Amino acid sequence: MALLSFEKKYRVPGGTLIGRDLFDFWVGPFYVGFFGVSTIFFAALGSIMIFWGAAQQGVWNPWLISIEPPPLEYGLKMAPMNDGGLWQVITLCAIGAFGSWMLRQVEITRKLGMDYHIPFAFSFAIFAYVSLVVIRPVLMGAWAHGFPYGIFSHLDWVSYTGYQYGNFHYNPIHMLAIACFFTTTMLLALHGSLILSAANPEKGEDAKTPDHEDTYFRDFIGYSIGTLGIHRIGLFVALSAGWWSGICIIISGPSWLMPDGESWIEWWDWWPNFFTFASIGG
Amino acid sequence: MAEYHNILTQVQVRGPAEMGLDERGIVAKERGVEPRFSSILGYIGNAQLGPIHLGMFGTIALFLGTAWFFLTGVGMLQSVDWSWQALWRDLWWISLDPPGEEYGLGFPPIWEGGLYLIASTCLLIAVLSWWIRSYLRANELGMGKHVCWAFAAAIWLFLVIGLFRPVAMGTWSEMVPYGIFPHLDWTNYLSLNHGNLFYNPFHALSIVFLYGSALLFAMHGATILATSRMGGDRELEQIYDRGTASERAALFWRWTMGFNASMEGIHRWAWWFAILCPITGGIGILLTGTVVDDWFSWAVLHGFAVEGGLYNGPS
Repeated sequence: MALLSFEKKYRVPGGTLIGRDLFDFWVGPFYVGFFGVSTIFFAALGSIMIFWGAAQQGVWNPWLISIEPPPLEYGLKMAPMNDGGLWQVITLCAIGAFGSWMLRQVEITRKLGMDYHIPFAFSFAIFAYVSLVVIRPVLMGAWAHGFPYGIFSHLDWVSYTGYQYGNFHYNPIHMLAIACFFTTTMLLALHGSLILSAANPEKGEDAKTPDHEDTYFRDFIGYSIGTLGIHRIGLFVALSAGWWSGICIIISGPSWLMPDGESWIEWWDWWPNFFTFASIGG
Repeated sequence: MAEYHNILTQVQVRGPAEMGLDERGIVAKERGVEPRFSSILGYIGNAQLGPIHLGMFGTIALFLGTAWFFLTGVGMLQSVDWSWQALWRDLWWISLDPPGEEYGLGFPPIWEGGLYLIASTCLLIAVLSWWIRSYLRANELGMGKHVCWAFAAAIWLFLVIGLFRPVAMGTWSEMVPYGIFPHLDWTNYLSLNHGNLFYNPFHALSIVFLYGSALLFAMHGATILATSRMGGDRELEQIYDRGTASERAALFWRWTMGFNASMEGIHRWAWWFAILCPITGGIGILLTGTVVDDWFSWAVLHGFAVEGGLYNGPS
């Protein structure tokens, strides 16, 4: 079960970042390593904290469990455990677990003689999370601005925060992030489809080749980016989605960027005033 | 540090243009547009632009798609009293609007939504024509029809928003205005008028598949680039005859998260995640205002929301 037919020859020692061969082994299909141990530690501690919070609140409906950040009065200080401190510990655990996971990917990358694109890509997801619970709260001067940890409570946070700035759809960077999300999904559909349609041709047909892929896309839209290019552009647009998501929330709130109460709808006022035709009627 | 990042193509080799396969000897003469090369495109992927097989449906699609674009422009111009300056000044805010509610599913006067319905018909036929091409071009080459079905999933969402739901609601006024901010406002008010779309479970699923698709493409794109030194980008060859690139790519994820796809299987995951985004989204929109009027109340009723909400700003 644990070993694939070709797996044995790849299970070699080495490639670790710290600890030498201390944790250089596998458990079932999982590679452990020092960062596997630290991932387990942070993930387990954080999860236990969430359950502890749920127990204290007496809420066991999984949709409604919610761990709130500290109230505004604590600013950027540590808060008492039952008044937001729990949220702070869970945030630390989450960052510890995500960071450990990324470093574990680095070790596995080294062990397999691959390049570092995967941990590099994962760092963008970590950035998007950190931008919400660390960078923006720090810029705004209170942990209270982080989002609550709960399935529907975090959606309420998104609603509340979006409407705080008028209508978040008018945030130009939010537009860019959404455009990247939609584009990467479309590209993924097209790429997945093209590979499947070449490897699973019509009945009685031979399996198809990259030449068929190029021909299909040139016939269809006049351009085929090619087998290597599609992965470059797909990765780039996916990472852009994460990156601009982080940026679009960081620029919403900090007072040096946005006066209190300003909305993204008003932000666009520069456009009609920008050109000399601003004075015309109609 | 490994040095084989393979972010950009370092040396561009340029031979004669590839004119495309023509195994039945009938399509080569139907291809048009003299191929050109762009060295900027060549940094990322193939440098060659063209040829294209437009055919009857491609021509129809381009013609009617362009018609939709210009009719939208005409509607915008009319809304600013035919002032070109105002068109540019107000471009982000103006739109070609659907008919008012009073016209129901009838055909209104031209400047009260009639033009909008004509433009929408052009867009509908253009999209469907382009979809037919996705089938015909694959059929010509004896390939599977996966692109066609994936495109159909996107068209499902398009039809739900622009046709099925308006018909179910009994009025064309439910359609989306063709304008930049106006279509965002439409999205906003659809949510506000129906008690916060975040509580629509199909909307939640759709977002999961949207984010999931970005995640999958980041994972897949990064995995392929990270193994491209071993030929990981030659996916079809790796599917037919597994090499060390596929083995390492698979083991990376097996060792990381205890599970891995195969070189073919990852594309099935990709395909399903991507098409389920518009499929579940379309279901969610179709139910909104027709079956469920207020998603928040519906959520309270089913025990996943509480009166007053779970979050009302920093305390």
